[in-house]
Amino acid sequence: MSSTGIDKTEQIYVDLYENNTTLLNRVVSDAVSQQRDKAIELFKSNGIPRRGNENYKYSKLEPYFKEEYKTDFQHEVFNQNLDDVFKCEVHDLDATTIYLINGWYYRKNKLPASLPKGVVIGSFAEISKSHPEIVEAHYNKYAKNDEDSLVALNTAFAQDGFLIYVPKGVVIEKPIQIVNIMHSSEDLLAFPRNLVVIEENAQAKILLCEHTLTESKYLVNAVTEAYVAKNAIFDIYNIQNQHNLTTCVNSIFVHQKEHSSALTHNLTLHTGTTRNNVYVDMAEEHCESHVYGLYITDKNQHVDNFSFIDHAKPNCYSEELFKGVLDDKSTGAFAGKIMVRPDAQKTSAFQRNDNLLLTDTAKMNTKPMLEIYADDVKCSHGATVGQLDEKSMFYLRSRGIGKDEARILLMYAFAYEAVEKIRVPALRDEIKELVENTFRGELDKCNSCVLCGSEASSQYTCM
Amino acid sequence: MLEIKDLHAKIDDKEILRGINLTVKPGEVHAIMGPNGSGKSTLSSVLAGSEVFDVSAGEVNFYGKDLLDLPAEDRAREGLFYSFQYPVEIPGVSMVNFMRTALNEHKKYNDEKPLSASEFLKLMREKKKVVEIDSNLTNRSVNEGFSGGEKKKNEIFQMAMLEPKLSILDETDSGLDIDALRIVANGVNKLKSKDNATIVITHYQRLLDHIVPDFVHVLYKGRIVMSAGKELALELEEKGYDWIKKQFED
Ligand SMILES: Nc1ncnc2c1ncn2[C@@H]1O[C@H](COP(=O)(O)OP(=O)(O)OP(=O)(O)O)[C@@H](O)[C@H]1O
Ligand SMILES: [Mg+2]
Repeated sequence: MSSTGIDKTEQIYVDLYENNTTLLNRVVSDAVSQQRDKAIELFKSNGIPRRGNENYKYSKLEPYFKEEYKTDFQHEVFNQNLDDVFKCEVHDLDATTIYLINGWYYRKNKLPASLPKGVVIGSFAEISKSHPEIVEAHYNKYAKNDEDSLVALNTAFAQDGFLIYVPKGVVIEKPIQIVNIMHSSEDLLAFPRNLVVIEENAQAKILLCEHTLTESKYLVNAVTEAYVAKNAIFDIYNIQNQHNLTTCVNSIFVHQKEHSSALTHNLTLHTGTTRNNVYVDMAEEHCESHVYGLYITDKNQHVDNFSFIDHAKPNCYSEELFKGVLDDKSTGAFAGKIMVRPDAQKTSAFQRNDNLLLTDTAKMNTKPMLEIYADDVKCSHGATVGQLDEKSMFYLRSRGIGKDEARILLMYAFAYEAVEKIRVPALRDEIKELVENTFRGELDKCNSCVLCGSEASSQYTCM
Repeated sequence: MLEIKDLHAKIDDKEILRGINLTVKPGEVHAIMGPNGSGKSTLSSVLAGSEVFDVSAGEVNFYGKDLLDLPAEDRAREGLFYSFQYPVEIPGVSMVNFMRTALNEHKKYNDEKPLSASEFLKLMREKKKVVEIDSNLTNRSVNEGFSGGEKKKNEIFQMAMLEPKLSILDETDSGLDIDALRIVANGVNKLKSKDNATIVITHYQRLLDHIVPDFVHVLYKGRIVMSAGKELALELEEKGYDWIKKQFED
């Protein structure tokens, strides 16, 4: 502890905050700026999660926060033509695609002219000024700054990200694809902040693709809030395809009203260290929530999925499935908190976490955390950690399928259940292919970017 | 085509095969019978390349190649097919994907070009007829939720697809109803030629009524203790194994 009562690492961020407040505030409306002071105070008092923090037991993130990074608080418009440096692998998808660079909304994004009336898609910062009513009504209402100091840290530094507003009764059929590219010549720190509002009877599906384009080290601490009103349907699929020097903390907060249906799916195909938080509040009756994850790791990668499903009201349904395939010395963690509050009778809550360890050195920690205060509920949870089935291996090989190919088939067979949960058929087919490529080790051929092919160093594989 | 000499195999220091000798020539059908636990499935899976068992002695020659030296997949690609006594369920691997992968790996091994999607589907349709297998089955995951009989039919379907030189059918008749038994046996007979051979492992004469063996062997306690023509199967059906057991008790 330093003389001010906080640790050195935390001090770095408090200083950074104090020295940049004006800059941070410049791009956003007061509704955003006004949240900062309280957030940095929360961060100060709670500190970066360390040993002793039960929710972060298996992820030691503090060392990553201690390292030196540049910031991009004064983002200059990305001066290259994006098409020249980036090609998305989910290419055949018929989608509305927008780009973010280091969490900043790319100003040259072209939106289809045919977007339904009242739909707002664009820069969080800009919209906070042009449509203050949206941001005032929803911003920072669902993110749990007090439960997670890293979320508070994001709130303190929040500047830009994407904002999607879908008015009452509007159904956006095409998935909205959002590609966030980390692009910097120096090691970089970023705090993307996104907001999604789906009004009554409205529907939207988002595909979020997280890429790292240059070989710098990145620390990304992102927060997405989603408000899903009565009878609304919302899906968010997050594909993480980042290089080994990435530390990614990605928190999604979903707030649901009656008869709404929400789905989150975090697919970690490649990373350095990733922590995904999913918080779902089912604040009214008859909500349905689907919380999924798939992580495929090798080398020294680490992926930690934390979820908190809050059944506050009766008659809600939640379903969680997280699957992991861990190779080499990679490590994984899963913690699934389910809260069934006293009022939440007739709750159905199901949770499962299955893992496939391909080596003796890969490690997985998994733990369900159920707190049930109602008596008329249906809850179940289960976790498994296993190896490739030898009998299945032999069966496949006895038909002439080589060992490597047989392994790929079985890994895919294991993961497939999680892929099947994608409820947008076109997306499912595309992601299926991505997952298969990951197992074939063909993802790091890097079709996704042109730059790294030439610049990649031997230190790590560039994604 | 196949020559097994003094083959010994063990698991956890327990010797299960204790000196097997057997020669199979193209065009022949051999039946292997024998009491439960005598080592019939062990012999089959050792030949197919299972790594569960330790081969402690012996030689197996398959078309001039040292079979024991090859990994399981290469044995299959060289033309050996093992129809499992207990076929494995593999949820998540579709029959179509499984068969296409298998077939194309065979092609690659033999320097042939892979089948196109339409060629493959055509072949699959053709071969499905051989064993009258339900189309729904091939749209599902490998053996997942298949009934006992359906699994056995599926084994013969795979055999039809891969056109092996030597097939080892391990109790392919068990679990089949009377019609299915006839269909499967007819399937096997249709695939028979002067160039390929079959080893049928069975407990019952009824299969051998359809697939008529040239030789019948009795495996007992890890050794082939008796070999004769097809009449031996009838004799066993009538008398059981007691008289053999008495004769070969160690
Ligand atoms: N994986 C194993 N571990 C231990 N013992 C085994 C294993 N597999 C087979 N055995 C033993 O080897 C012996 C031979 O078994 P095998 O399955 O080859 O018999 P079988 O002749 O095929 O019998 P059945 O007619 O019942 O199919 C048995 O005693 C069996 O218990
Ligand atoms: Mg057997």
